[in-house]
Parts: sequence; C-alpha cells; structure tokens
Amino acid sequence: MSALLKRRFFEQIKVMFGADPSKPQQISEKAMQVHELKRMTNKADLQAVKSHLRAHEEKSTKWRNRRWATLICANLLFTLSFGLDIQILEGALTASRFVGFHLIDLNSALQVMLAHKHIINNLLIGTGTVLALWALLGGRTFCSWVCPYHLLAEWAEKIHLFLAKKKLVTDQTMDRRLRTVFWMIFALLAFGTGYTVYEAISPTGILSRALIYGPGLALLWVLALLFFEVFFSRRAWCRYACPIGLTYGVVGIISPVRIKYKLDGCFHEGDCRKVCLVPHVLDTVIKGRAVETEVPIGPDCTRCGLCVDACPTGSLTFEVKGLSKLA
Amino acid sequence: MSENENSGDAPRKSASDATPAVSIAKRQTNRRRVLRTILLTGGVLGAAMSGFLPLVYSQKKRLRPPGALDEKDFLGSCIKCGQCVQVCPVQAIKLADLVDGVGVGTPYIDPRNQACDFSCDAVQCILACPTGSLTYHKPAFLPVRPGAALAAKPILLAKEKDEEPTLNLHERFGVARLTRPEACLAIQGKGFKGQTRGPDFKGQMRYMDVDRWKPVKISSHPYDVAECDLCVRECPVKGAISIETVFAPDGSKRKSPVIHEPCVGCGVCEMVCPVEPGCITVEAGEVWKV
Repeated sequence: MSALLKRRFFEQIKVMFGADPSKPQQISEKAMQVHELKRMTNKADLQAVKSHLRAHEEKSTKWRNRRWATLICANLLFTLSFGLDIQILEGALTASRFVGFHLIDLNSALQVMLAHKHIINNLLIGTGTVLALWALLGGRTFCSWVCPYHLLAEWAEKIHLFLAKKKLVTDQTMDRRLRTVFWMIFALLAFGTGYTVYEAISPTGILSRALIYGPGLALLWVLALLFFEVFFSRRAWCRYACPIGLTYGVVGIISPVRIKYKLDGCFHEGDCRKVCLVPHVLDTVIKGRAVETEVPIGPDCTRCGLCVDACPTGSLTFEVKGLSKLA
Repeated sequence: MSENENSGDAPRKSASDATPAVSIAKRQTNRRRVLRTILLTGGVLGAAMSGFLPLVYSQKKRLRPPGALDEKDFLGSCIKCGQCVQVCPVQAIKLADLVDGVGVGTPYIDPRNQACDFSCDAVQCILACPTGSLTYHKPAFLPVRPGAALAAKPILLAKEKDEEPTLNLHERFGVARLTRPEACLAIQGKGFKGQTRGPDFKGQMRYMDVDRWKPVKISSHPYDVAECDLCVRECPVKGAISIETVFAPDGSKRKSPVIHEPCVGCGVCEMVCPVEPGCITVEAGEVWKV
C-alpha cells in the first residue's frame, strides 16, 4: 500500500466515525496524469462517448439480486429451522447455532458483555466465530447481505425517492457523527445500568424475532422508523443511528472483501453516489479526488454492490485483497 | 452527508460561486441539520428509555425459564435470541412483547396456559442458552438469595428409575402457593371427572403411561377421581406437593394440598387445576420460606 493510500485508509476510518471526507492534499503522479488527461479531453468528444455509452447501457441488477436472495435465504433459514423444526440455524440474528456451532451477533454480544460483566465460554466462542466470519467477509456486509431491516429500508427508500421525485418530500440529512454518539451512549447505558437497553429498540433484533417467533407490537417501532425514512430522511436509521452498523464497520477495517475504484474509465457522473447508502465512502469518485489510479473503498461501505450495478463504465468492482495476486 | 454530495458535479459549482449569500444559506441549512440531528437523537433515546420499563415495573413478575438468573442479572445477560423457546418440547417458553413490560424479546412462562413439565428430561433450555442467562451453575460473584437454593437436586418422577433421576437444577424459579383455598376441590372433599381445563385447552403434557417422549394435549387425557388430587398426581417433581390432613380454622379435620421444599416452581399444578380461575398458582422468583 502506498503512503497515499495508507493516509486515505486512516482518513476513511475517521469518515466512518462521522468526519466529512476532505479533498486530498497530495495525489500520486500516475493519478495526476489521468486527472490531467481527462481535463484535456475535448468536451464534445467526451460528451459523444458518454451519450454513446448511455444509449447502449444495460441496467444491471446482478449484485442486488444476489444480495436479496442471500438476505432472504439467511432469514428464511432461521424461520424454517424453527417453523419446520429442521434445526439448521436455531435462534435469531442476535444469537444462534448453525448446526450446533454458536454464532453471536457482535453488537448484541458487546451489549451483554458490558451489561452482565461476565462472559461464559459459549458467548466467547460464538462472538469469536462471528468476528472471524465478518472480518473475512467485509464487516458491514452483514448490514446489506443479512440484516432484515436493510431490505425493508431499501424498499422504503424506493418510496422515498419516488415521492422526492414528485417533490412531495425532501431528504432531511443529519450529522453522521450521531451514530458514533449513539454507539457510545448505548455502550455506556449497558455498562452503567447493567441492562441491554439497545436490544429493546434494535429493529434488526425485533424483525428477526418477528420473522421466527411471530409478529408482535414491537414491530410498531420498526414501522415508525420506516415511516420516518419514507417521509423525512432517506435511510436515516442505517445512516445516522444504527450502532450495529458501526460495530461491523470497525470489523470491516481489516477485511479483504471490498469495492475497488479504478480511475481510468470513470466519467465522474456520480451514478454510484446516487444509489449508495453511504455516499461519503465514494468521495474518491468525484473528479480530481482519487489519490491513486486504483483506490479501495473504506470500511463504512456495506459491500451491497449497488454502485457496481449502477456504474456504466465498470470502474467499480468487487475485490478480494490478495486474491488478485494469486491469479 | 450534505446536499452537494448527492451528485458528482455539485461540489465544483458550490466551490466556484462561493459568494456570501450562498454561505449564509449554507449556514442556515447546517443549523437546520443540527436541529434535526438533535431531534432524531431525542426520538431514538426516548424510545430507548421505554426499554428500561421492565426494570421500573419489575414488581410485575413473570415466571422465567428454569435456571434463570435473578431478574436484574437476567435482563442484563439475556441476548433475546429465543433458543430456549426452540428447544422446549411443550412450547412453554414464550418471548415477551412490547406491552408485556418484562423486556422485549425476553423469555417467560405463563404456567396457567402451558407449564414447564420437564418432558425434555434435562432442562434443555439451560443447555441452549448462549449467554448463561439460564444456567446450571451460577458464577461465584452472583449471590444466591436465601431460600432460592434447593436443598437437593430435584428428582424427576418420570425418570425416577433411571440411573440419574435428578434434574440439573440448583435454584427454584418460583414456588407454588394455594392462593384460593376456598375454591379448592380437595379441600371441599370433591372429586373431579372429565377434561381438566375443558376440551379446547391447548396445553400439553407428557404422560408416562401414554408416551415418555411425546407430550400430548391435556384435553386428550380425561380424569375420573373420587377426591381431586390433580396437582399432586401430575407434579413432575418428587416430594414437592402432597395431599395432607390439616386442621381448618374451626378445628375440624380436612384434606388439603400442601407444598413442600422440593417445589421448583414449574407450574404444572397451576396448569392442571380444574377450577376457574385456578386455585393454585406459581409465584415467580419466590423463595422457600419456612
């Protein structure tokens, strides 16, 4: 990793905790050349190529379909394990056993450890397994590929965008540092009161239990959140509030699975940032921002692949760090 | 995320015409955003406070599954996954909802509807618990309330002839109490004939003479007893309850169910009591008082 990418790596961690992405102070020579070349290109020529590409563009939903299928299958496996008593994945998203192996959600485990202050072996084993799993698979991959609230919120987002297009609603943005504040408040509350209060309002836990054990009134809270997201603030819970996202984001810092940005072919049209849940991780696609010709996307990225589907030039791709060296 | 991040080419625009008018407007947007952020903070934290209600309302006690830690420790350690629910062969364990006020997603038993009859033979809910909320052995730093500890491991009548007849349970999760003696059929010297709790009752229980490994509906198992002793007859724990001859306040002799120290609080007596409402109930988290 070059010194520039290293600097960006640490800056992206700050961005995950809520800092605004800043313009790079230094850009590598190679990247600078590409930026220069793009600046020198004749505007009319560029426009011609762009419109040609647009005309032949095929809207892809490849990664979205794969992701939705995975998310639905994972949650269905929980439901069927209990409903049909096939006992493959017993429990709920907060804690479960996959054919006997303990799996425990990292944020729930953290809450319980802080509140109860006593860690039994099963808790440790389950947490360790899940930690290793998501460290390998990309941290916030959990959010977009497993969390049932994410899927509902995605649908709510479609309604929000439809209403926004009709100028009936506008996206009210918030300060992203709020999520870090919530994370700390809920950790402190768990530690101080000895009670896992976040679990009572976690839409992930509520939805997962509702899918497995049947619906309850706690779903009203989930509905209230979705209502808020449709009419006031786009993807508010996932963007500004959910401490689970931050926990998995931290795990994703070291993950080899990530999205890679290639500067060469990018037209800087911003399609990717329009579909992204966390557009601040894609600041590097803005014209003149990329510090290298290839830039990995930061840890707050949920690896949902919407940008990969949306990119008309193939400049954004999934990458498993190290695998490219093998091939 | 600010509005200029919504599209790729907006930042250049705002940078080039950075007149004071724009910066005032921007400052205003920022101020509104701060206000909204504070509002969302308040909303979420307000909702979160409702999560503390179970602590406030802890006087409203619910029977927790066997091996549960004392209520406060239980609430702090339960990860709300429902694995205890999944292993229970009679579905005695339910997860609490918002209005139950005992903690969203935490397990409880409503013994009048479905008691824990230990038909799993081994308190499997404890085995399933990933966090030690339900535990065979309390960690050393958690105190055992006086009267909560069982004098001896309870002997399960169903496996009395097995090599290991006991349940791995060291503390009771409740104690049965005769709450309405005036309605008790045994005290009145009355018998009972028919389906206890009626034909539509969904509660299940294991009957050793039917099938040791398959609990059946109580309604499928009618009774015909000259003197009602259903609570004693169906109690799964050895020596926990018996019909004794006692002296009434007026000095006359009569029969009555009497609860003894081995009672763990499983609630089978409460479920099978044929009187409506039941005259024997389990007091959740209660200890044995001499």
